[in-house]
Amino acid sequence: MKTIAKRIYVALIILFLYAPIGILMVLSFNRSKTRAKWGGFTLHWYRALFQNEEILRALLNTLLIALLSSLIATVIGTVACIAMNGMKRRAKSVLMGITNIPMLNADIVTGISLMLLYISLGIKFGMGTILLSHITFNIPYVILSVMPRMKQLNVSTYEAALDLGSSPLHAFFKVVFPDLLPGILSGFLMAFTMSLDDFIITHFTKGVGVDTLSTKIYTEIKKGIKPEMYALSSLIFVTVLTLLVLVNLSPTDKKSSVGTLDSENASHSP
Amino acid sequence: MKKHRMYYIRQSAAALTILLSAALCGCSSDKGVNGQVIVYNWGEYIDPETLLMFEEEYGIKVIYDEFETNESMYPKVESGAVAYDIACPSDYMISRMIQNGMLSEINYGNIPNAKKNIGAQYFEQSRGFDPENKYAIPYCWGTVGILYNRTMVEEPITCWEQLWDEKYADNILMQDSVRDAFMVAEKLNGHSMNTLDPAELEAAKNLLIEQKPLVQAYVVDQVRDKMIGGEAAIGVIYSGEAIYTQKENPDLVYVIPEEGTNVWIDSWVILKNAPNKENAEKFINFMCREDIALMNFEYITYSTPNVAARELIEEEEIKNSEIAFPDLSQYGNLETYVYLGEDGDYLYNELWKEVKAY
Repeated sequence: MKTIAKRIYVALIILFLYAPIGILMVLSFNRSKTRAKWGGFTLHWYRALFQNEEILRALLNTLLIALLSSLIATVIGTVACIAMNGMKRRAKSVLMGITNIPMLNADIVTGISLMLLYISLGIKFGMGTILLSHITFNIPYVILSVMPRMKQLNVSTYEAALDLGSSPLHAFFKVVFPDLLPGILSGFLMAFTMSLDDFIITHFTKGVGVDTLSTKIYTEIKKGIKPEMYALSSLIFVTVLTLLVLVNLSPTDKKSSVGTLDSENASHSP
Repeated sequence: MKKHRMYYIRQSAAALTILLSAALCGCSSDKGVNGQVIVYNWGEYIDPETLLMFEEEYGIKVIYDEFETNESMYPKVESGAVAYDIACPSDYMISRMIQNGMLSEINYGNIPNAKKNIGAQYFEQSRGFDPENKYAIPYCWGTVGILYNRTMVEEPITCWEQLWDEKYADNILMQDSVRDAFMVAEKLNGHSMNTLDPAELEAAKNLLIEQKPLVQAYVVDQVRDKMIGGEAAIGVIYSGEAIYTQKENPDLVYVIPEEGTNVWIDSWVILKNAPNKENAEKFINFMCREDIALMNFEYITYSTPNVAARELIEEEEIKNSEIAFPDLSQYGNLETYVYLGEDGDYLYNELWKEVKAY
């Protein structure tokens, strides 16, 4: 009895998590434009998607911004962690607090303040401003996931490397960096998803004619969202799913695979 | 000293942005031979092909941006983050922009197609929000009416009053927006839909509260899908959606209620601080050309005020459609929204909250 209840419970949760995505995928094959009627199976929307330059450009923008902003934020965030690690306790906790605030801050506040900042500096709105904003809100996430690894770091190994004649830079890349890598990777992934997801900050800091997927979809509200978007969303979902399956199935379960990385990180976070 | 530092920060920030944007998107910064024009329009509200044609014919690069509601367009234009040349707001938002001095007067001499192709009755209707036709050139328009499923009602629906008929309890869809909801009640009471009279507003509010138990849902764009799927018998809908829903479900009928209704008009306006005013005039003139207006009509499917374009429509059924092109003179009591001022907006919102919370 108890196990049946457990199973039903889990099934319900999975249903609520995945039913929306399932419906979206079914609708992406619907010949009729409306969700209310099944007009027969078609691949038309997938074809139309790859001919729709605007959507493809928005997709490219989204991926480009997500990749660049998370890469740059990862570098800046990691460097910041190294610096913060060398500081006195007091200064460190003050700085940690400061970097945490933007994460708790509502997106709309961040978005509007960034917009005002750019206006007052006279910066032209465009891809550049979106990228700057995304880097800005990504840095705290990187710091958040690298910092715990930093704390566990054994300083003696680094000092030993120096004693044995290594230059500080060399010692860092050979000794410290490999220890930090899981934290850096999960920070990067987190920053990437945050950037991919963002609508509000992008909305306020984007220039004319530059759209990411989220802002593009939002403008379609008046006339109803086009089924091409269903097709695109299904493709993205399937890609992510396949990637996850592949990563988890990889034969030699390396330490740096996403699964272990996440669990390790979770258990170490403060 | 401080000034110097500020200058330095500004310089380096600007340099960084230029560097980044140049690296990322060398394409967007190049201008056409004859400069550029920056257009701010509703999403999915133009045939993209027409933009390419304009660029080719005039050598002017179109930088095209989209918004989703009048309310989200306004602050972006006002903030000046981007100096747009042209926008395409709705009636009441245009009156607000006129009141706040954000628009530039139209020089009809440079836009000959406007007076030539656009029906005089639409300019007349625009006087509601632009009294001297100085600022706005109609682009799309439509009515708000009732869409009903003839298999689900006992007699034809002809007036707003039937939305209060208990027969149709739980089968009615209302618009979930203040102005559209109050418009229905105000028209039924025989008042203006732009009224600010407390007694009239109170009456409208009470009417809406009375109707509430009969309403299946207050929705915005789900009316379309719900009506096609036969989930409700009667819905308040914009005429632009009606033709599409009828194609999907032939049982649906659209009517303009006897008590009168809202005629909405989305129009091109040139902004006061437009950097490329001449190009903006050329762009609007191009959009008013009959063949271009026809392309846009076929893409958007909302009624076009362009009489010459309507003549070119090949499908007789659409050309003479009572839904797409109702003869406005046949209906009494048609109105267009005007901006009610901040206090007016506040008043309406408070009353609407009372209705929703009741």
